[in-house]
Amino acid sequence: MAHFTRRKFLQVAGGAVAVSSLGFPAIVGAASKKVVIIGGGVAGATAAKYIRMADSSVDVTVIEPNKQYYTCFLSNEVLSGHRKMESITVTYDGLKGHGVNVVHDTVTDIDAAGKTVKTAGGQSFAYDRCIVAPGVSFKDNIEGYDEAAMQTMPHAWKAGEQTVILRKQLEAMPDGGVVAIAAPPNPFRCPPGPYERACQIGMYLKEHKPKSKVIILDAKEKFSKQGLFTQAFERYYKGIVEWVGADKGGKVTRVDAKTNTIYTGDTAHKVAVANIIPAQQAGAIAIKAGLTDEKGWCPIDGRSFESTIHKGVHVIGDASVAAPLPKSAYAANSEAKVCAAAVVDMLNGREPGDPSLVNTCYSIVGPNDAISVAMVYALKDGKLEKVEGSGGLTPMDSPPEMRARGVQYAESWFENIKNDSWG
Amino acid sequence: MGCKKNALAALIGSVCMACAAQVLAEPSAKMLADTCAGCHGTNGQSVGPAIPNLAGMSESYFVDSMKGYKKLEKGATHGEDARPATIMNRIAKGYSDAQIDAMGAYFAAMPVYKANVPHDAAKAKAGAAVYDKACAKCHDEGGSLASDDAGILAGQWLPWLEYSMADFKSGHREMPKKMKKQVDALSDAELTDVLHYFASQK
Repeated sequence: MAHFTRRKFLQVAGGAVAVSSLGFPAIVGAASKKVVIIGGGVAGATAAKYIRMADSSVDVTVIEPNKQYYTCFLSNEVLSGHRKMESITVTYDGLKGHGVNVVHDTVTDIDAAGKTVKTAGGQSFAYDRCIVAPGVSFKDNIEGYDEAAMQTMPHAWKAGEQTVILRKQLEAMPDGGVVAIAAPPNPFRCPPGPYERACQIGMYLKEHKPKSKVIILDAKEKFSKQGLFTQAFERYYKGIVEWVGADKGGKVTRVDAKTNTIYTGDTAHKVAVANIIPAQQAGAIAIKAGLTDEKGWCPIDGRSFESTIHKGVHVIGDASVAAPLPKSAYAANSEAKVCAAAVVDMLNGREPGDPSLVNTCYSIVGPNDAISVAMVYALKDGKLEKVEGSGGLTPMDSPPEMRARGVQYAESWFENIKNDSWG
Repeated sequence: MGCKKNALAALIGSVCMACAAQVLAEPSAKMLADTCAGCHGTNGQSVGPAIPNLAGMSESYFVDSMKGYKKLEKGATHGEDARPATIMNRIAKGYSDAQIDAMGAYFAAMPVYKANVPHDAAKAKAGAAVYDKACAKCHDEGGSLASDDAGILAGQWLPWLEYSMADFKSGHREMPKKMKKQVDALSDAELTDVLHYFASQK
């Protein structure tokens, strides 16, 4: 001890990884603070921005293949013609303004032991903490639904080109045709999405092709905001929108892209437009990096969103197991802020504080009618839980004036979450 | 060397005991306030078109509003001491009074944010006279002073100002006596004009 000078301690401890009394690894007096974020969707972008806002000494790199991102949220409004693709398009200029390095490339490998990420473009990035936000990938649950079939029977569950294909098909279909939406089994991105989509397509058909129909063929027996959506189907789309649950033979098992035919078991549905939303799991890179459980999603610690499988790697957004939080944009934005705060704390040798999270989700079900679900979440005994007494749905009997306000708030929600994530 | 390693481990151990002491029993004010940003804008600066800015709002106004939202029963449009809401009543119930106080102090410490709100310039001009006559006493300096404890109205999003006034007029939101006297004396056109005036304030 006598020979152990303070200066020497600082030199040795500079990059040393220590384990604190609570068992949390912390880098003491870290000189290096490199964060690599995989994916530039709402979760990845929000994490990047909030890390830089909290600690501008952290070197943040976002690796995202696309130069533009199309928000899934509010993309159903493109299908009704009430919104243009431009308004759901975001760029990465805002993140660059926060001093984030944005690299357009595809991550092919995460080496959690070597703390390195490799890309298809041959680049390699070392990190102190890695945040994985790859969204969802599709499972092979519907026979015949392959990459080629997606071009004629679009999923439109990742917005962009797919949204445009579906919109064009709706515009081209004859009056009197049937639009089928194959809704996926749980859990999946945006639980109310297929049903809001039915409303938005119904809105378009009612105005432009009133002899046409929307049929939702569901892999489930019940769905999100069901009472409110059923009310909207009755109120605005009677005779236009029909829902068929799994117990009534709604589950799609096979498609034939050549004839645009959907099969629910032995029953064939020849339709004008087929919107096939497959079952989902975490994005491909999360699976490849071994971050997923047997169900295909990434288990995490609710305080930091650090993977419980690979230390030093965090998973946020749709790919993570954050239940009771849903796989929604607002949840992804909220998870990203918790993760960003924890990552900044850990890089600076502090224990992450207690998290607080929110979900708010609007569905625009009629021209002047939006419904919503909200919830506040906290960590209790190490687990993410709903805060008792909070949240819930728009009341079934809420007056038209309040529903109309909901549409204005939904649009404000959209502008603010875009700006809060990428701006 | 082995001895030195042990000494180092002991030292690091003591450093991190200090870290442990920083662990919070509650989410920090920033953690709580950041949950609002997805709807109310980063740092409470809303980009609109209808959801209000929170930045720079007075602490007591924020706290009263949140407590008012908490009092609105599920499914109700109004109630005693309750603030009408579409969604905020469901969200406010997720926070303890202490957490609401912490968020209130957090937003109050920020500079007042006045957004660039689309408005009708002619109405705003006419509204300036209405403001001088009926509002200026309690909503000083164009409604931009947090110390009025009356909400920041300057540069506030117009649809939200309109919804708020509609709630006051319908009786779903209670007006302070002084305000009711003034509002009752104004025509609908005058009320519209003065809301455009507040929205126009930079």
